[in-house]
Amino acid sequence: MSDDQRFGPGRHVVLPGPLRLDGGGALAPVEIAYETYGTLAPDAGNAVLICHALTMDQYVASPHPRTGKPGWWTAMVGPGRPIDTDRLFVVCANVLGSCMGSSGPATIDPATGREYAMAFPVITIRDMVRAQAMLLDHLCVARLKAVVGGSMGGMQALSWAATFPDRVEAAVVIASAARHSAQNIAFHEVGRQAVMADPHWNGGDYYQGEPPAAGLAVARMAAHITYLSEAGLTEKFGRRLQARDAKSFGFDADFQVESYLRHQGLSFVDRFDANSYLYITRAMDYFDLAEEHGGRLANAFRGSSARFCLVSFDTDWLYPTRESRAIVHALNAAGAPVSFMELSSPYGHDAFLLDAPELYRVVTGFMGGGT
Amino acid sequence: MNLRPDLAIIADHVAPGARVLDIGCGDGLLMAALRDTKGVDARGLELDAANVAAAVGRGLSVIQGDADTDLADYPAQSFDYAILSQTLQTCRAPDKVLDELLRIGRRAFVSFPNFAHWRVRLSLLWGGRMPVTRLLPERWYDTPNIHHLTVDDFRAYLKEHGVAVEGAWFLSRGRKTTSAAANVLAEHAVFLLRGTGTYNAG
Repeated sequence: MSDDQRFGPGRHVVLPGPLRLDGGGALAPVEIAYETYGTLAPDAGNAVLICHALTMDQYVASPHPRTGKPGWWTAMVGPGRPIDTDRLFVVCANVLGSCMGSSGPATIDPATGREYAMAFPVITIRDMVRAQAMLLDHLCVARLKAVVGGSMGGMQALSWAATFPDRVEAAVVIASAARHSAQNIAFHEVGRQAVMADPHWNGGDYYQGEPPAAGLAVARMAAHITYLSEAGLTEKFGRRLQARDAKSFGFDADFQVESYLRHQGLSFVDRFDANSYLYITRAMDYFDLAEEHGGRLANAFRGSSARFCLVSFDTDWLYPTRESRAIVHALNAAGAPVSFMELSSPYGHDAFLLDAPELYRVVTGFMGGGT
Repeated sequence: MNLRPDLAIIADHVAPGARVLDIGCGDGLLMAALRDTKGVDARGLELDAANVAAAVGRGLSVIQGDADTDLADYPAQSFDYAILSQTLQTCRAPDKVLDELLRIGRRAFVSFPNFAHWRVRLSLLWGGRMPVTRLLPERWYDTPNIHHLTVDDFRAYLKEHGVAVEGAWFLSRGRKTTSAAANVLAEHAVFLLRGTGTYNAG
């Protein structure tokens, strides 16, 4: 481990910016909270960027400071893991707009001395990627050996290959999509409306008082259903009752599945900012990589010489296999080297975060290949 | 590298440094051999997930997909060679797959088991049962081979469709056999075809 203060767990940097944004404005300064694992090679040729999903964070392989839970992808990232920190230098940064230390609505706006709240600019997936590029400049990483992500992280990986073709040697895109469908947007809108319908939301200005916890919990409950498969829910809960022998003929959490969702909602509000949830879901809804490239997805990859690896899960109905196939077809049309697999799992979209030996095998092979 | 005889013929006749699409690439054995011995830029398409995982593990670019449905997005003449080995007879629409093969590749290798081999003929003639042979080991109900063909069927098809043949090899027990009697003596046939150039399916 080097003495360089830029490297290691729990890092935070304030970059002067400005970061020009797709929405027209600019952000300055740009705060980025991040972690690094492993040692950057003298030629800086072993850097891998991990991009996290909507409500994840930079703690990919170390315990979350607030919840104490282990890193969210310790089976994928670490010593001897598919993304092997014994030989790779791994960076994971909290995305722009989030609430774990990077600039977001809960950050203090230097112009006012108060939280940005809804004065924070609306951002895009590409803005998140540009902020990550600024961080990599700061770390003196010119090229990425790989950029890896699942779900929204996969969108960032795609955006990286399209936005910085000269900086990406390989991209791993898991359970993701090149654009948000009407159904994806619809579910996100339910979540946002739940937050904004909570009187505590107060136009986003709640940092001095009570946060809109009830609204955010409902948003999380609705979203959580989309992360699981119908068969998975049936297997886990069925119609079983929660700690009772008979229905209550009331509106308590009679069913185990209700109790589970309420727990998911409540535990989420302890670790996530409601305004960040609005901004990040918006960024995902705006994501349409083909639209950024004249309406043809293949055009997004014309300048890229990266190798691609795409993986989908057969029970994922949030970003189903056909979305990955559309990306694969575009990569074929662009002549890019691409591998693709649909893996079988009962767990729906969340499969990529759960124990997935086949996924690890594919990523291990892909990361070892081409070296 | 111990390649199956039909694959060895294909490997021998691919030019070094070429771009190759192997359709039905299995676990990537031929692709890896072409990459390692000839510096070929090989891409693969394979139906079976375990085979795809194995090929990716070899550092190859392989997508899980179906020759019947996933060839349309490859641009015309985007590969020097498109290879379809022991896969034609498993396709739902072999004629459409051949069209795509000849569109995508400047040249195409096609190999298939010959259903008119004398052992197959004898089996059907004397046994009266669907042949189960060394090269066609599955029974009628579990075989993936849904469009059996013979060397002469294929020759007739190529003639009807005006496809130019640049080479043909016939194998029996791993050894080459004559072209003249191939329809009876060959267990395996390998054809090298010229692509249809500017033809564009879509």
